[in-house]
Amino acid sequence: MSTIDTEDGLGARILYTLTSPDQNDLATLHRRLETAAHAEGILDVAYTTIDSPVGSLLLAATRNGLVRVAYEREDYDLVLATLASKISPRILRAPDRLEVAARELGEYFAGRRTDFDLPLDYSLSSGFRQIVQQHLARIPYGRTQSYKQVADQVRHPNAIRAVGTACATNPLPVVLPCHRVLRTDGSLGGYAGGLEAKETLLRLEQAA
Amino acid sequence: MYAKEPFEEIVRKHGAQVLRVCRGVLGLHTDADDAWSETFIAGLRAWPSLPDDANVAAWLVTIAHRKAIDITRARKRRALPADGVPDQESNIGIPGSTDHDLWDAVRELPNKQRQAVVYHYLGGLSYKEVALILGGSEAAARRAASDGIQALRVTYLSERVKCERTS
Repeated sequence: MSTIDTEDGLGARILYTLTSPDQNDLATLHRRLETAAHAEGILDVAYTTIDSPVGSLLLAATRNGLVRVAYEREDYDLVLATLASKISPRILRAPDRLEVAARELGEYFAGRRTDFDLPLDYSLSSGFRQIVQQHLARIPYGRTQSYKQVADQVRHPNAIRAVGTACATNPLPVVLPCHRVLRTDGSLGGYAGGLEAKETLLRLEQAA
Repeated sequence: MYAKEPFEEIVRKHGAQVLRVCRGVLGLHTDADDAWSETFIAGLRAWPSLPDDANVAAWLVTIAHRKAIDITRARKRRALPADGVPDQESNIGIPGSTDHDLWDAVRELPNKQRQAVVYHYLGGLSYKEVALILGGSEAAARRAASDGIQALRVTYLSERVKCERTS
């Protein structure tokens, strides 16, 4: 610390060292903060990260349910900044709230789960996009639909491009399976997690 | 787009600094942990409404200052060991060592001096910010910190001299 470089600050420098916490101290206090924030009802967004066959995933939940699943390539700092501005900056890394979501995703990636039984919070999307995203949950495990079929099923047969946008902006990938939506010719289309991740998920569901 | 950072970032950036402040004022004691927890809970609660141009460190140290006062009062009501640093088992160095004597010296500082030293040197606050917390002028805050440091230095140096003589 630059302010205590001088001989004058010798006592302060020692005091600084003596009062410095180790990582363990801070980790313990952080856990205590997570618990207290939750108990007081001021933990607006809790998040954690998990490992998966498609790389690290960030999971975030409000009190209402899972609100965001993000791929690392989406940039976690940016994802959290967006949650702060769109939902609330009262955000802590607090894995407890994500325990069930993390477990179900683990089972899914292990091929032992075909659908998710989780409360979801759709507040990051609205209007037509949200309608499309809610429809995604009805595409069965191991099956695919084209952007055109999805447009037909949400009764906007001409809104193929808008369906593509809704899939691309899906705030809950994997859980809301936008990876099951392909181009009419069977080619992959796009994916926020990258085409490799989309292929991995489709292969996983074929194998199971 | 400008928006408030996620509070997790604030904990990451300022967690150690605030714990040093709590420990500096209350000692290496669970009271310091309590003050830290209460500071960050109060901080989390108020975070969305803090003005964007606020100095976050000064804001947190100000909250910690109030929490430490509350805890000190509660401690007195419980008639626990005297103020400052506790008399419980020490994990901050061998008794009789310089570290131990420095803690004694910290405990013996008048409150204002201890607070001024801690908020300036451990909290990283300017004397102007320290004065806002303690009341009084910037010059008075500077003087209190300087007197406090001087007292610690005397202790430290005299101990070092003693050690050199005995070794």
